[in-house]
Amino acid sequence: MMPVLEVIDPGLSTTIQDSGRPGFRDIGVPASGPLDRISFRLANAIVGNHSGAPALEMLMLGPTLKILAESVRVALVGSDAGMETGRDNVRRISSGRSIRLSRGEVFRVTPLDDSACAYLAIEGGIRVVPVLGSASTNVRGRIGGFHGRRLEQGDQLPLELNSVHLRAEYAMARSLDLGFDDPIRVILGPQADYFTDEAIKTFLSSDYTVSSQSDRMGYRLEGPALTHLKGYNIVSDGIVTGAIQVPGSGHPIVLMADNPTTGGYPKIATVISADVPLIARRRPGRRIRFAAVDLREARLAYTHQEAAVQRLVQSMAVQS
Amino acid sequence: MNVRFLHSGDTALVVEFGDRIDRDLSNRVLHLNASIRASNIAGITETVPTFRSLLVLYDPFAIDAGNLTSKIERLLDEGHGESSPGKLWQIPVCYESGYAPDLAEVAARTGRSSEEIVRLHAETTFHVYMIGFVPGHPYMGDLPDWLALPRRLDPRVKVPAGSIAISGGLSVIYPVESPGGWHLIGATPVRLFDPLAARPSLLSPGDKVKFNRITDREFHAIHAAVETGSFEVPCDVLGG
Repeated sequence: MMPVLEVIDPGLSTTIQDSGRPGFRDIGVPASGPLDRISFRLANAIVGNHSGAPALEMLMLGPTLKILAESVRVALVGSDAGMETGRDNVRRISSGRSIRLSRGEVFRVTPLDDSACAYLAIEGGIRVVPVLGSASTNVRGRIGGFHGRRLEQGDQLPLELNSVHLRAEYAMARSLDLGFDDPIRVILGPQADYFTDEAIKTFLSSDYTVSSQSDRMGYRLEGPALTHLKGYNIVSDGIVTGAIQVPGSGHPIVLMADNPTTGGYPKIATVISADVPLIARRRPGRRIRFAAVDLREARLAYTHQEAAVQRLVQSMAVQS
Repeated sequence: MNVRFLHSGDTALVVEFGDRIDRDLSNRVLHLNASIRASNIAGITETVPTFRSLLVLYDPFAIDAGNLTSKIERLLDEGHGESSPGKLWQIPVCYESGYAPDLAEVAARTGRSSEEIVRLHAETTFHVYMIGFVPGHPYMGDLPDWLALPRRLDPRVKVPAGSIAISGGLSVIYPVESPGGWHLIGATPVRLFDPLAARPSLLSPGDKVKFNRITDREFHAIHAAVETGSFEVPCDVLGG
């Protein structure tokens, strides 16, 4: 029998993601991949996978899964929410560490009450036929992952491994700093000249919060409206992940991993690549402050972040 | 040449040729796209042609923005580079009432007959400006000014896959069921996007498209043939 994870409860929006599907934006296919690439990568590292193995991304409410394989090794990263298994004797498994579970066990991710997203990695990975070179799910394009959609109750996710060796489990020496109070650094443009100076000042000095109307395509923000200088329609041009477009309402939308590849609203600024995971973690209601930086600072931020992730991976300790 | 280089974050540059939907601008975008692809500049990861600009994604640890800008400027100065002549596709479309929920309204708003609108649409050789919005979704032009209606005030939550729509002097085809605010005037049984095919998107930027009028009966026959993989969209490769 093929080893599978059976979905008892899918959670709010759970999808299979790997490191993404770059290279097809010119035919309208977004890069997809994890919203928070750092937590995704750490989750895979803890179970001993390569850094881009297909794992589960969950938003807000994670899934409940039943193991229909001899044994699996799983780890949750990205939130302090943990996992629970067992009905009468509930066992709590904290995030940031791996655990080996056996056939028939049911485990659930407890509600995320800090980050908007978290990642469940499974040793060996989820078995997915790559579409355009990737296992990532793009719901709107109905591409990749499990039938191109979010998980549903009763789904059976095929696993690469039917059993995993008994060995010492790994854990992160310290938990990842989710950076909830850090400013989100942006590079102004490409259409900052479509806004009044006042609007740019407002954008960089006001508190915004993530609206509940947010998903993998974009995070809508609530806060002071931004005034356009020359209308709110541009002839459509290309969009990258992290671009902040401002439609007629004046309320910014940060475009995320499943963003449409082109769009017709002016983009006031673009989140630097180091800070895309930071904004991804802000759940509805969380505060956001933007800060403008230049390319040199963006590069430095990425280098520092990469070194910090490397240190976290290297400091993973064996748990007794 | 009035080209602007704009930063789109720390991993992409926008090479902007203008701010209009215009065949000449589009040709310059597509030409630069072809030159970049032929040049193999290290560090460029992806390019996205749009109506009036080329988005160039890059790895900032392989090439910095300043260096990339001067390399692209050099390509623009050289001016050569083979831009692919593209293809002419004959896409079957049924304009009958069951497939064209907005045709009567478009006719009423423009003061023309439905037949006149259909004839014009089916006689136009469209230029594919870009693919965007969702996978395989082409933006094609051009339609005359009198037919350039703004989008619907009440966008549909679900537009069926294969719908042919018009707005603002352009025509589009919805490859998958998606929300949409354009006026639906027909539908094609052809598949615009197949992620498992060697060429996932039927159309590429720069291609030309003509719409072949078909009946409801032909629509069903072609639809069935598409399902079994026995229908090929007629296509001519255009000479230089």
